[in-house]
Amino acid sequence: MEYSADQIANMANILRLDVIEMTAAANSGHPGGSLSAADFMAALYFRILRHDPANPQWEDRDRFVLSKGHVAPVLYAALAESGYFPKDELITLRKLGSHLQGHPVRGKVPGVEMSTGSLGQGLSMSCGIALAGKRDGKDYRTYCLLGDGELQSGQNWEAAMFAHHYGLSNLIAVVDRNRLQITGNTEDAMALDPLPEKWRAFGWNVIVINGHNIRQILDACDKAKASRKNPTVIIMNTVKGKGVSFMENNAGFHGKACNHEEYLQAVKELKEVIQ
Amino acid sequence: MTGQKLAQRNYYGKALADLAAEKENVYVLDADLAGSTKTSEFKKVAPERFIECGIAEQNMVGIASGLAASGKIAFASTFAVFATGRCWEQIRLAVAYPKMNVKIVATHSGISVGEDGASHQALEDMAIMRALPNMTVISPADAYETYMATKAIADYDGPVYMRLGRAEFPCITEEGAPFVIGKAHVMREGSDVTLIGTGQMVSVCLDAAEILASEGISAEVINMATIKPLDTEAIAASVGKTGCAVTAEEHSIIGGLGSAVAEFLSQEMPSPLMRVGTRDTFGESGKPDELFKKYGLTADDVVAAAKASIAKKE
Repeated sequence: MEYSADQIANMANILRLDVIEMTAAANSGHPGGSLSAADFMAALYFRILRHDPANPQWEDRDRFVLSKGHVAPVLYAALAESGYFPKDELITLRKLGSHLQGHPVRGKVPGVEMSTGSLGQGLSMSCGIALAGKRDGKDYRTYCLLGDGELQSGQNWEAAMFAHHYGLSNLIAVVDRNRLQITGNTEDAMALDPLPEKWRAFGWNVIVINGHNIRQILDACDKAKASRKNPTVIIMNTVKGKGVSFMENNAGFHGKACNHEEYLQAVKELKEVIQ
Repeated sequence: MTGQKLAQRNYYGKALADLAAEKENVYVLDADLAGSTKTSEFKKVAPERFIECGIAEQNMVGIASGLAASGKIAFASTFAVFATGRCWEQIRLAVAYPKMNVKIVATHSGISVGEDGASHQALEDMAIMRALPNMTVISPADAYETYMATKAIADYDGPVYMRLGRAEFPCITEEGAPFVIGKAHVMREGSDVTLIGTGQMVSVCLDAAEILASEGISAEVINMATIKPLDTEAIAASVGKTGCAVTAEEHSIIGGLGSAVAEFLSQEMPSPLMRVGTRDTFGESGKPDELFKKYGLTADDVVAAAKASIAKKE
């Protein structure tokens, strides 16, 4: 059964609730960027990706690399909700012995393709996977979710050059442009604008969307999939902490879980909108 | 022919070209130095599996990791300084931690790089690679062993760092002799002192053993081509017999072969040990033989270290 846009939007809020529960139980983690990416992650796992949770090693699957590895909670939530592993394991996030490490680890969690967490490396890995797909004549696509702050790291631009040079039209980068990093506004820390022009200059197709509009996310991915020559980047304008009133646009929740009162408030707000 | 002077990198290129035909999943990456690292030999026979990455080593390691995740055996090569230093953390996260089937094979290691000077002389590469969990570290003794080691690491599923030299130096192993990762070889038997060398310094140790023999001292020479995992059984067997040791490496005495052997001996069988290598210093421009002399890497330096080690036995 294919998820409708409304069902995906609802699933995004379920992922948000999972993220709040997991990070509160761990008393640590990165909820802010998890919430800004939740709509995309729901669209990816419930509509866009060609995948089979029962067969994570299926060789024709689309690949997903979470370059902004600190938002592991929303990745784990999406994997569990789509059936890669039991949902009751989510609560073990960051606990000793759990496979749900603070940042994603290849081989520990079904569906996690690459180990990430040190920012700036995921796009290079994704290029390698996409290149292998091209050379092997496979039609899988490789999706890579990047934070906006991590684009300050030069390795991304090495990878951007590479992807264009090798014509990796099967590579789709997605930037979660929530405009906040740990220290505050990205433009104060190290300006990224004009961001679309930077990617265009590197030879990429550029699509700018509202990252909380499911239809725009789906349309953008359809356009990206139609590319036959160049890689595509989807720059999603988003709100950090989206979906929980006091977390929205609050850099303080980049790497901090809710306290008990905040947790109760966040759960209340999210449960009100979940169907 | 043993004794012939050959460059390791030429035999690396030769092995890669042979691997191209033997294994269709071998990919080779380089960062604008293929003509120097000799990965160009692979490019000649398998251009579609040769990936030029430009001068971007961090990205190269990520590409190698992604290829390995897709079932490829990825060899990534450039000069040792850049192959380990520029992208150490990329190797840590994208290769060592997830145990990717990536081989970082670096040429132009050590001070014998010569005239290019300190910026290009890797004297710390084994130390920083050895510190990474899951990483195997190999430093073949000559060109012949380089060929066999290249084949052996292609057969091994996991991360490897292999360091090679730029210059030609004498071959001391038999061409085609099997290479087993983690296995040391006794090159010459002796009873008074154990000389443990790696890379080009094995040949220097053999020269030192000749000098020592002329003075009535019997030196055993071990080729420690694998630094990690260290063949501690071979060390224990030899030092158990001789009672003292010398390590010799074209690398800093901090963190490389000398440190690895010292860690083992001090904990398991405390014995006198002298370490030959560069001493917490950068190199400089010069001819390789001039630099070997200035930085204490000659047969005479190994002889002096052997005598000092023997003297500590009493």
